[in-house]
Amino acid sequence: MEPLRPSDHHDSKRESITQPKLTVVGWVRFGWRQLTSMRTALVLLLLLAVAAIPGSLVPQRLADPNGVIRFKRNNPDLFPILDGLQLFDTYSSAWFSAIYLLLFVSLIGCVIPRTLHHWRALRAAPPATPARLNRLVGFTERQAQGELDDVLDQGERVLRRQGYRVVRYGNSLSAERGYVRETGNLVFHFSLILILIAVGFLGGFRYYGQRVIIEGQTFTNQLTSYDSFSPGRFFVESRLDPFSVRLDKFVPVYELNTSMGFPIPLDFTAEVTITEKGTERQEQIKVNQPVDIGGTTTYLLGNGFAPWITVRDADGTAVFSQPVPFLPQDSNLTSLGIIKVPDGLDQQVGLIGFFYPSAAQLESGALTSLFPEPDQPVVTLNAFVGDLGINDGVPRNVYALDTESLTQLTGGDSGEESIILGMGDSAQLPAGLGSVEFTSLPRFVSVEIHHDPTQAVVLVAALLALAGLLTSLFVPRRRLWVAASSREGIVDLQYAGLSRGDDPGLEAAVQQFAERLDKAISDRASSERPLR
Amino acid sequence: MENLVSLSIVAVYSAIGVYTVAFLMFTLDLAKRAGGVVERTHVPMAVSVGAGASEQAEPPERPELPRPDAEGVGGATRFQRAAFALTALGWALHLAAVLFRGIAAQRVPWVNLFEFGLVATAMGVGVFLLAQLWKDLRFLGAYITGFTVLSLGIVTVNYYVDVVPLAPALQSVWLVIHVLVASLATALFALGAGLSVVQLLRVRREARAVAGLRFLDTLPGSATLESMAYRINIVGFVLWTFTLIAGAIWAERSWGRYWGWDTKEVWTFIIWTLFAGYIHARATRGWRGDRSAWLAIIGFSAIIFNYTVVNTMFTGLHAYSGLVTNPN
Repeated sequence: MEPLRPSDHHDSKRESITQPKLTVVGWVRFGWRQLTSMRTALVLLLLLAVAAIPGSLVPQRLADPNGVIRFKRNNPDLFPILDGLQLFDTYSSAWFSAIYLLLFVSLIGCVIPRTLHHWRALRAAPPATPARLNRLVGFTERQAQGELDDVLDQGERVLRRQGYRVVRYGNSLSAERGYVRETGNLVFHFSLILILIAVGFLGGFRYYGQRVIIEGQTFTNQLTSYDSFSPGRFFVESRLDPFSVRLDKFVPVYELNTSMGFPIPLDFTAEVTITEKGTERQEQIKVNQPVDIGGTTTYLLGNGFAPWITVRDADGTAVFSQPVPFLPQDSNLTSLGIIKVPDGLDQQVGLIGFFYPSAAQLESGALTSLFPEPDQPVVTLNAFVGDLGINDGVPRNVYALDTESLTQLTGGDSGEESIILGMGDSAQLPAGLGSVEFTSLPRFVSVEIHHDPTQAVVLVAALLALAGLLTSLFVPRRRLWVAASSREGIVDLQYAGLSRGDDPGLEAAVQQFAERLDKAISDRASSERPLR
Repeated sequence: MENLVSLSIVAVYSAIGVYTVAFLMFTLDLAKRAGGVVERTHVPMAVSVGAGASEQAEPPERPELPRPDAEGVGGATRFQRAAFALTALGWALHLAAVLFRGIAAQRVPWVNLFEFGLVATAMGVGVFLLAQLWKDLRFLGAYITGFTVLSLGIVTVNYYVDVVPLAPALQSVWLVIHVLVASLATALFALGAGLSVVQLLRVRREARAVAGLRFLDTLPGSATLESMAYRINIVGFVLWTFTLIAGAIWAERSWGRYWGWDTKEVWTFIIWTLFAGYIHARATRGWRGDRSAWLAIIGFSAIIFNYTVVNTMFTGLHAYSGLVTNPN
């Protein structure tokens, strides 16, 4: 049986173009056939390729949320138009989804009937030998000595050894092989459907979140512990596995590239203690080496310094004392940090700080960092007073300070120098507010904790797709025929073949079969002769 | 180590020099062929007038045109042999450059734009040389060597960076597998695209739409070219699929997710989809021939775009060009 293919497959028979007047059912059937045709699938595929392009031109909320914010700031007029077109969420946009859903409907409409057909074909016998083999590929005529039945038996044996399915029709053999080509084709397409279903359905159980952990701190896996958290559609909080991770130490290794003048990171290792189900274990997390904890995987994403800042009131009582993660701004880890002291002082105080692990002064007087290791750690602080805007309950970004309604006391145009602190130093805040101290210098890491039940399914489906692709592209589906007629102890043989799909080796395969059969017959003849 | 790096650069420039001479010779070969071809007169279709013996029902026999699908290329001149030998010599130098670079760096020599260009072009010439064991594709020599001289020249002059150790994000066995297979796929697509270009020219020549370019008459027929292009491109497609899967596995280890529509992932997907379209086009009535050839050419152009523009102008996680310093 032929593989069932869409009507516009180049191997399919052309159908008459004149169509009767269509009824409603006729129109539905017509529409369905259009959707499941090769041409539609092809156009949808190309459309999908084109539709994916804008997502690489414009930052995506999913891959680069900060890029989107930057784009909005730089293009305030263009942003709402593009956002209206869902260009910042290209891959979940209505138009992108429409294309791939149509493509998959078309695909399903094509492969399901094809699978049923192939199932029957797998059980069917090869088709009857055509009457005129000389019109087919690789037509060859040969002669053999011996009995006709003997010759055909030999032929059957040779074909079976080559993996053909063989049937004898009268004085001819009909053989077919390479059913796995169509099987592979179907497996490939079903694997793609499986990936879509896995991502669409199992993806709902996915969750991931980020968290900054400072050396000595412990992260406990609960919703409130995350700095940011993205749950899937079906996520419920009770699904969070109970475990905790303490960052014992973070060890980076750098090398200074003298010719290029910038540091090259060689290794980042976070040494952690994981507590899970009452047992503790020590682990290392590296960049390409995440750690599995419970049903989750924990990845090392970033790192930096979290200078410990202590703020005291005028009486010397500490009102703020904790490590503050400073966000790295360049490869030498010049970092930016925000400190908010809402209570304990006469006024609310906000500090914008820069941290330089290896501080050096430029000719302009500005500080810079020469290396990402803390050879000469310095914190500079600009102090602000006023309403920090955290009393009204509106959530505020801890990494940003809105200085609009604040009064600057040090740095900038305030007339006072910025506060500059080496490690262990302390300095007075202006206006007798109190003092600030750079107490110590722990490091921090940012980790991502990911639970993704789609991974295993998608991996298996992807490997199946690859296997299906290999067989569907490289295993030839071919038919061979040999027709025999005998006269006076000589058997006349006619060989020919037919390919189902691309098969450049068919002609050679027919010749090879003819030669093998020749050889099998003569081998048999020579082995039998001594017995006579 | 420093010595090896400079030796590698010397080898690169030598290879460029040798390839340039090979390119000139290949071009000369094509030009000489054109001179040798006698312009065939256009034979009219119906010449069965005198064939009185033939039956009435039989359609008139087509006159014997030279078979467009004949395997034998023919017409190649001695310049081609010299050019091919030079290409092999250039490749030996090219391989030496790759090898020295790798030994000097004590890692695989494909972690930045320059190195990837160096390896991918070596892969391209290697595939071209080895393909001759399969089919005589030496008529693509001018295309392959010309392309290699250009790309190798551009990456060496504009994108050169010193040997640096492996960043933590690249310390993975997948660096070896993913990038190597990607460059092999690129090499195959390059060869396939070359065949498709020749196919399109040849089709026009067969239709006598192109007056010049007479060397096209000495090349295989358009159907043979198309079939060869297809067979090369499907191998490329399988390798590209593998690249995509290997990349996803690595992305999961390194970035915490196997797919995140990063710009490079997007373009890998676009290229994959284009070639999937190409394979479907080859099986769709009305899309075989010219249209599918165009798709293969567009697909390969997308790879070049991905390698050049996406690497240098787009932001994304694949920021390994080595051209900018990248925090963390």
